[in-house]
Amino acid sequence: MLAYLTRRLISLVLSLAVASAVIFLVVEVAPGDPASYMLGINAQPETLAALRQELGLDLPKWQRYLAWTTGMLSGDFGMSYTYRAPVSEIIGERLWISLPLALFALTLAVLLAFPAGLIAAATRGRAPDLGVMAFSQLGVAIPNFWFAMLLVLGFAITWRIFPSGGFPGWEDPLQAIRALTLPAVALALPQAAILARVLRSSLIDALGEDYIRTARAKGLTRTQTLWRHGVRNALIPVLTIIGLQFSFLIAGGIIIEQVFYLPGLGRLIFQAISQRDLIVVESTVMLLVFAVILVNFLTDLAYALADPRLRHR
Amino acid sequence: MSRNLILGGLLTALFLAAAALSFVWTPGDVTAMNIPGRLRPPGGAHLLGTDHFGRDILSMLMVGARTSIAVALVAVGIGLTLGVPLGLAAAAHRGGLVDELISRSSDLIFAFPSLVIAILITAVFGPGAINAILAIGIFNIPVFARLARGAALSLWTREFILAARVAGKSTLRISAEHILPNIANLLIVQSTIQFSLGILAEAGLSYVGLGAQPPVPSWGRMLADAQTLVSLAPHVAVIPGLAIVFMVLGLNLLGDGLRDALDPRLKVLRT
Repeated sequence: MLAYLTRRLISLVLSLAVASAVIFLVVEVAPGDPASYMLGINAQPETLAALRQELGLDLPKWQRYLAWTTGMLSGDFGMSYTYRAPVSEIIGERLWISLPLALFALTLAVLLAFPAGLIAAATRGRAPDLGVMAFSQLGVAIPNFWFAMLLVLGFAITWRIFPSGGFPGWEDPLQAIRALTLPAVALALPQAAILARVLRSSLIDALGEDYIRTARAKGLTRTQTLWRHGVRNALIPVLTIIGLQFSFLIAGGIIIEQVFYLPGLGRLIFQAISQRDLIVVESTVMLLVFAVILVNFLTDLAYALADPRLRHR
Repeated sequence: MSRNLILGGLLTALFLAAAALSFVWTPGDVTAMNIPGRLRPPGGAHLLGTDHFGRDILSMLMVGARTSIAVALVAVGIGLTLGVPLGLAAAAHRGGLVDELISRSSDLIFAFPSLVIAILITAVFGPGAINAILAIGIFNIPVFARLARGAALSLWTREFILAARVAGKSTLRISAEHILPNIANLLIVQSTIQFSLGILAEAGLSYVGLGAQPPVPSWGRMLADAQTLVSLAPHVAVIPGLAIVFMVLGLNLLGDGLRDALDPRLKVLRT
């Protein structure tokens, strides 16, 4: 296990190093100078030079890369050019929308997918199964931002149950959750469709195993067998998919935040890009990539703990 | 032929035909504005109604299909032409440095949240169809590299490959003449899946304004324009979305149907 852990840790660090270099390079080659953007077209060359120096823009690229990455390691994400505030502070505020949204959506997806997948596997080939499979075909084909618009049309405009957008803050948790409900449902639907399908097929695989026949032979009912032996064994692939889906939830959240005007990390990235606030773009994207890589790493680790065979790949 | 294959094939063919037809004929002009005739509901002179500029929605959908299909198709092409040779090379030199390098880099690209990077690329290099193609295409490369490598690995141990090696063929020739034709089925099925994912990704990018730029119609852009009009004229928001759903659904069904038709073994395993 220790050797496996070391190997995975090295690859984690390497991934992060390459990721940060790629993000830095992509953002650096972007046309447009943040200093001239901040000062406008009438800026004096001396003021411009002074500001560039203050922002550290006059340093060679590799020095700025090193400063950026080592800063992030100690929690210093740099100063935003436009907000005039530490990037970590700005990200921190926005995180309180994006993270709850992703977790909310993940919970909904799991709550929807589990019964659906179970029912489908238990009634394989019959009407309920076909219904679930049709739902899942449809679920993966629907763009979540369009589904979000339909939700707004139905639940915010026709029946005024949920707000159509905006975020009131967490002072009133009930209102905050109401504001996040439609976005979370929109994000959850395609994920639930995928998850239900994976759960169904992995359950069907598990139910074909010999130990299921043994369990039935020793007198367990169909339902008991399904729960005690089927579901447990089917869970491992499902957990991996849940880990992978986190990445889709983060990325999907960026677009869904646009639909609902939620001031989360996604909107932050778009605003920062249009204002040439490079350091905010770099650090936010890096944080998202870090979150995804970390979740994948943890999923792998959980996987290896559950199944010793995987440690020796 | 299975129901999936027929239904998926028909849906896909319908969209391809509509896109092709739009080069020579559309019911209305997609650039002409007609403000007095805006936001007309479906029916009458405009089969699917008009948008906020009074443009014919059916015509917009037909031309928009062209954009979606072109972006997704070229992105799949990038994935195939770069990913497959890489995967084949990795399998041919399995366990070696080349394999390690190719496998690790595709792992790395996989770990990236693709949409975030696509947004970054299009945002930095400027929005537009070409950059959308690149952003989507890059993430197709590791998909095909992995698939080709995995499928090729199991083939390299087979007798007919051994025979080819004994006959003195180079690894390059074996990969091209024996491995590639044998994994073509898998590649075709995966291509339809990536094609449908590409359609969704293009729609998402153009929805946030990073895809094809106006006046070129695109489905995502149409949805973005419709967003504030949802309560006023729901058809403007509903119809382009349905187009995306049917196109993606058609491709997914086609992929499922092709998989069953091309590889009967998988069908037995799945049911």
